[in-house]
Amino acid sequence: MTLREQYIALMTILRKEIKRYLRIWTQTLLPSAITMSLYFVIFGSLIGSRIGDMGGFTYMQFVVPGLIMMAIVTNSYSNVVSSFFGSKFNHSVEELLVSPTPNYIILLGYVIGGVTRGLLVAIIVTIVSLFFTQLHMHNIFVVVVIVLMTSILFALAGFINAVYANNFDDISIIPTFVLTPLIYLGGVFYSMDLLPEFWANVSKLNPLVYVVNAFRYGVLGVSDVSLSAAFGMIGLFTAIAWFYSMHLLNTGKRLRQ
Amino acid sequence: MIPALTIENLSKEYGSGLKALKGISLEVQQGDFFALLGPNGAGKSTTIGIICSLVSKTSGRVAVYGTDIDVDFAGAKKNIGIVPQEFNFNMFEKAFDIVVNQAGYYGMPRELAVQRAEKYLRELGLWDKRDVPSRMMSGGMKRRLMIARALVHQPRLLILDEPTAGVDIEMRRSMWDFLKKLNREGTTIILTTHYLEEAEALCRNIAIINHGEIVEHTSIRDLLRRLHREVFIFDAVDALPETVTVEGFEVRRVDDNTLEIEVEKGQHINEVFAGLNQANIRICSMRNRANRLEEMFVNLVEGAA
Repeated sequence: MTLREQYIALMTILRKEIKRYLRIWTQTLLPSAITMSLYFVIFGSLIGSRIGDMGGFTYMQFVVPGLIMMAIVTNSYSNVVSSFFGSKFNHSVEELLVSPTPNYIILLGYVIGGVTRGLLVAIIVTIVSLFFTQLHMHNIFVVVVIVLMTSILFALAGFINAVYANNFDDISIIPTFVLTPLIYLGGVFYSMDLLPEFWANVSKLNPLVYVVNAFRYGVLGVSDVSLSAAFGMIGLFTAIAWFYSMHLLNTGKRLRQ
Repeated sequence: MIPALTIENLSKEYGSGLKALKGISLEVQQGDFFALLGPNGAGKSTTIGIICSLVSKTSGRVAVYGTDIDVDFAGAKKNIGIVPQEFNFNMFEKAFDIVVNQAGYYGMPRELAVQRAEKYLRELGLWDKRDVPSRMMSGGMKRRLMIARALVHQPRLLILDEPTAGVDIEMRRSMWDFLKKLNREGTTIILTTHYLEEAEALCRNIAIINHGEIVEHTSIRDLLRRLHREVFIFDAVDALPETVTVEGFEVRRVDDNTLEIEVEKGQHINEVFAGLNQANIRICSMRNRANRLEEMFVNLVEGAA
């Protein structure tokens, strides 16, 4: 395939993906807006007002970056896992497999689809958050890069989950039993300074700690981990996830007989 | 001329140890209308799956219009259009989108994809249903939608895996006409089917596969020529006598007005009529007892078992 043909194939996958999640926006975009609004009301306004400042900011300001990142992570992941598993389940993935579209274009199409949904939800959640607090951008470059890297990483993770999934239960196990605990323990609602030294060190094994803190640095200018460590960890995990996803596609594992 | 499809020593062994293909070799010439027949589980769908990359082969070589799939699979895929046995499109997508998207996966610019989608949806009688989600379509419509999707990039080799399964007779005939026209226009067609009269009516060459091996690979005409006997059914105008004999033929009285007569290779049906005339039996109609190819198919498959 020529580069132009590959571009057309990529745009076709992407258009299809975006159309899919916009068609079912009540399942894909609305829930995050409602859930995050509830977080803002309960943890930000009601409980947060009794907690006081954290890291030099009001509790509401402190939790907003983490909640935005939580929306990006869950939406990038769930978009790819549900879309790719769905196409595997109804065999429509064969439309792509029999075509000359290269595997990396297939992967890129699904990942960018997940990233766009993550970004769209992030914008919605950010707009909702502005009804509850004021946000200032400390470093726009860090914000943009970390948002893109994170959504790519979790879109890839969703793809891997979709390839291995055999039924619809399998695509909810990881988000429920792995992703959600990691997010809650990733410093969304608290600073690492509050943890005993042992648990603070254990937390550093959680990749979500780096994601949340790097984003918080971009928005508020404070972080519990070093920025270079955060970029390094996310970059490393993204590279591993990309190459592993390509390996799955190239070998046809669980896709071809 | 380069063959449209070359298969050499193709083998497939599944992880369970099942040998689905045991080193089959096959050649389909350009412009052919080729039938791949075999009982359920014989290896037809596995063969097709390997050609279009849905199944990984264990060993052997496959080339499409001279392009080896191990060397340039993308190049080979451009020449193939596949209509699988099972419906494999997103049931929530509209018919038009399904066809246009498929064109996009082949790198076709959207403007051209839209034109082609309209052309094939019209030709297959689906244009009025273009905005209908595929789940709302009947089985016959879904089959035709899969054909439109397979043709949108105008492949030189079209592979149809039981395309008329579950389709009513009228629709089947119109699909036959469409496929014949397509073949006349130069598209090589490979067809697997359980309807043997379909293979007899459409195809020029045939391969019969059984237990992962090719048990026959020849022209349909040649295959039928090798048929040793045929059974004809004769409907008599008047009630038949209790015993009917025609010299040199095996005759069976089915009921008061029906006879079954076996005609061996080398015998002539005129002799049957002469014998019936002699016995004062007037005939109003005559037909084959079973599809000729079906009989041959059963003989070959049972012989190989």
